[in-house]
Amino acid sequence: MSAPRDLPAPGPLAGFVSGRRRWLVYGPAAVLLLAATQQFASLPTDDLTSSGTWSIALAWSVPILLAGMGGIFSERSGVVNIGLEGMLILGTWFGAFGTLVGGPWFGMLLAAAAGGVGGLVMAAAAVGFNVDHIIAGVAVNLMAPGLTRFLSDLHFSDRGGSITQSPTISGVSDFTLPILAGGALFGWDSPDLLGAVERAGVFFLSDLAGMMRGFVFQMSWFTLIAYLVLPLSILVLWKTRFGLRLRSCGEHPHAADSLGVNVYRYKYYGVVISGALAGAGGGFLAIQLSGLYKEGQTQGKGFIGLATMIFGNWNPLGTARGAILFGFTETLRLRDEKAAHGLLLLVVIAAALLVLWRLLRRRGRMGTLQLALAAAAVGFWYANSTSVPNQLPAITPHIAVLVVLLFATARLRPPAADGLPYRKGEG
Amino acid sequence: MTGKGILRVAGPPLAAVGLAVLVASLVLAVSGADPLAAFGNVIEYGTRLETLIEAFNRAVPLYLSGIAFAIAMRINLFQIGVEGQYILAAFLAAYVGAGVGTLFPPLHVAVILATAMAVGAAWAGLAGWMKVTRNVHEVISTIMLNAIAVAGVVSYLLGRWKIESATLDTRLGDIAPSGWFPSLNPLIELATREIRRVELTAFILVAALVGAAYHLIINRTRLGYDLRATGANPWAAEASGVPPKRTIMLAMLLSGAAAGLVGMADLLGDQHFYSLRFPQGLGFTGIAVALLGRNHAVGAAFAALAFGWLERASGVLEVRGDAPREIVTIMVGVIILFAVVAYALAQRRARIAAAAAAAAQVGGAAPAGAGSGGRGGGEAEP
Repeated sequence: MSAPRDLPAPGPLAGFVSGRRRWLVYGPAAVLLLAATQQFASLPTDDLTSSGTWSIALAWSVPILLAGMGGIFSERSGVVNIGLEGMLILGTWFGAFGTLVGGPWFGMLLAAAAGGVGGLVMAAAAVGFNVDHIIAGVAVNLMAPGLTRFLSDLHFSDRGGSITQSPTISGVSDFTLPILAGGALFGWDSPDLLGAVERAGVFFLSDLAGMMRGFVFQMSWFTLIAYLVLPLSILVLWKTRFGLRLRSCGEHPHAADSLGVNVYRYKYYGVVISGALAGAGGGFLAIQLSGLYKEGQTQGKGFIGLATMIFGNWNPLGTARGAILFGFTETLRLRDEKAAHGLLLLVVIAAALLVLWRLLRRRGRMGTLQLALAAAAVGFWYANSTSVPNQLPAITPHIAVLVVLLFATARLRPPAADGLPYRKGEG
Repeated sequence: MTGKGILRVAGPPLAAVGLAVLVASLVLAVSGADPLAAFGNVIEYGTRLETLIEAFNRAVPLYLSGIAFAIAMRINLFQIGVEGQYILAAFLAAYVGAGVGTLFPPLHVAVILATAMAVGAAWAGLAGWMKVTRNVHEVISTIMLNAIAVAGVVSYLLGRWKIESATLDTRLGDIAPSGWFPSLNPLIELATREIRRVELTAFILVAALVGAAYHLIINRTRLGYDLRATGANPWAAEASGVPPKRTIMLAMLLSGAAAGLVGMADLLGDQHFYSLRFPQGLGFTGIAVALLGRNHAVGAAFAALAFGWLERASGVLEVRGDAPREIVTIMVGVIILFAVVAYALAQRRARIAAAAAAAAQVGGAAPAGAGSGGRGGGEAEP
């Protein structure tokens, strides 16, 4: 069933978990897929489901998640924000600078504020002056790296850094959940239940335990807060008057206007919140993940965040799913090339299952055929290689979003007035 | 052109540049430098012959990049993939150009240029194909293709094809001298002999040709008419027999071919090999060139020269210790924003004036609230 455009926008859980039961199916299915891949991979590895991998993956998903959530706030208010990358870059610099001046918490605040200012500039152009959103975003993306380099020269050069990077900084401490993952509780070394199961080496169960342990051990406080943004955004966007008004500006601004909503103001809110979130993501990247600001360290994570948002159909949970997935591929790139090779097998298995599903549901034959051919090609590559180029995990998000856009456009539903210029009274 | 006409055309961009200078002065003042002295240095250094030649050399790729963006813009496509297209094209053209050894010079250059244009067109065509077959928005697809080209394809192949080099630079092999583009210095030396250590690339002639071709195609051919018509109103264009998909595809291919030429001035006229230090970011500055030049062949030339000059002349700021030269990147961003705002305001004023004139013609009955500058309150429907 393809959704006609005039249906109301689906809620935050639509598409991903329209019923709770779906979680119960898809979650274990994903674990099973990973476990099976690991079992059958030609190069022995246990990093696909180890708690170490997933702990790092969770941390690396944070900048992408925050950029993606920023994208949601902006685009739900009707402003296409490709300036996210620039706001992320502002966040990395000001995060590092703030940490040098006043510690990591201050750094994080400053990063969010700097991103917010980037959002304000973008909003002033795109909303206030009705400049095309893409152009406003490009301008922000152009200015941000110039500004950070300019500032680096002024502030980092004489503090032991250089024109392209800051001196090293340290982030906030991390914590491990007691009992489940073996964290300390008032000086008592609690048992490591999930760790014990993970080490037992039982197919599926140990894999599941490993992944779950990854989400609760050695997690930084920033990561926790970043993931609290997720339920908070859902609440704000779908359960408050503010959220309803903001979304109405992205769906039908003139209707919103006729009901007394100040459309300009809500678009400003959306874009500034968007910038603040992206800035915080940049701050996290510099303070917690890298331990310094370095030119070019965002590596297009703002664009990946944007891709994740599309991937997640402009919904927070879908965006989080994409962020974790891309954090995972990033981790494999950094951590284990063998596991990255196993990723190819994962793609083959997943594509084969999808082909099967399409055949059962009698979906379009051409698409199924193309998918089967692609799966066969990747399978051939997998069988005839022992490693993948280090570049592949880096561009996985970009390929993934193109594939999604090519094969699943009918399932995507952007806000109806996304990217359109708005002038009060000119409907 | 009347004085008023010149003002209307040149006013907004000049205002934008002026405001950018103001913003830059502010930034300089805040960072503790003396803006007047700094700009004095820039102008003094920027009017030397060497700096001017370097400015022209930088303007050439910027101009081509701007034209590439402008071609697609004529049909309302935001082709922000010029960045990935020119880097991929320069990389593969450098590989092919080095691989064929020594050829008859014009043939060698032709092979390299053809490779670059074909690669650029193919990569842009990919985005065009996604647009016409699956309706994938070109902004998203070109952003993704940029990353895939630069961080994926070029990075991977450079690792495989790199040669041992004494400078530890990750680079491809050299293109034989038969594939080099000449310099125009002999011509300049007819006028002055003072020229030292810099060479004006003859690729500037290619850029001029591309600009002329762009102007003629857009304004004097059926294809250009189709592009403009589809850009202005796709439904009306289709109703009158312009196939939108074919036109979109053609625009993307042409734009990509122009993008393929962007890196050629540096490759053929200066470096003669591809390395990690090949200039990057020309694609994005090209957007600024097209916007400031209003997608016009001549306007874009002025814009490219302005940005090229700013980039080269600002080097002196760093040398003299006034400020980091990145002040220019900030200025470019500010110029784009202000230029676009200024154009939008000018267009709006013209529309309001036209509507007021129309209302007056119809009969003074309608109150002419248009002149008050209110937000479209008095705008009459044509």
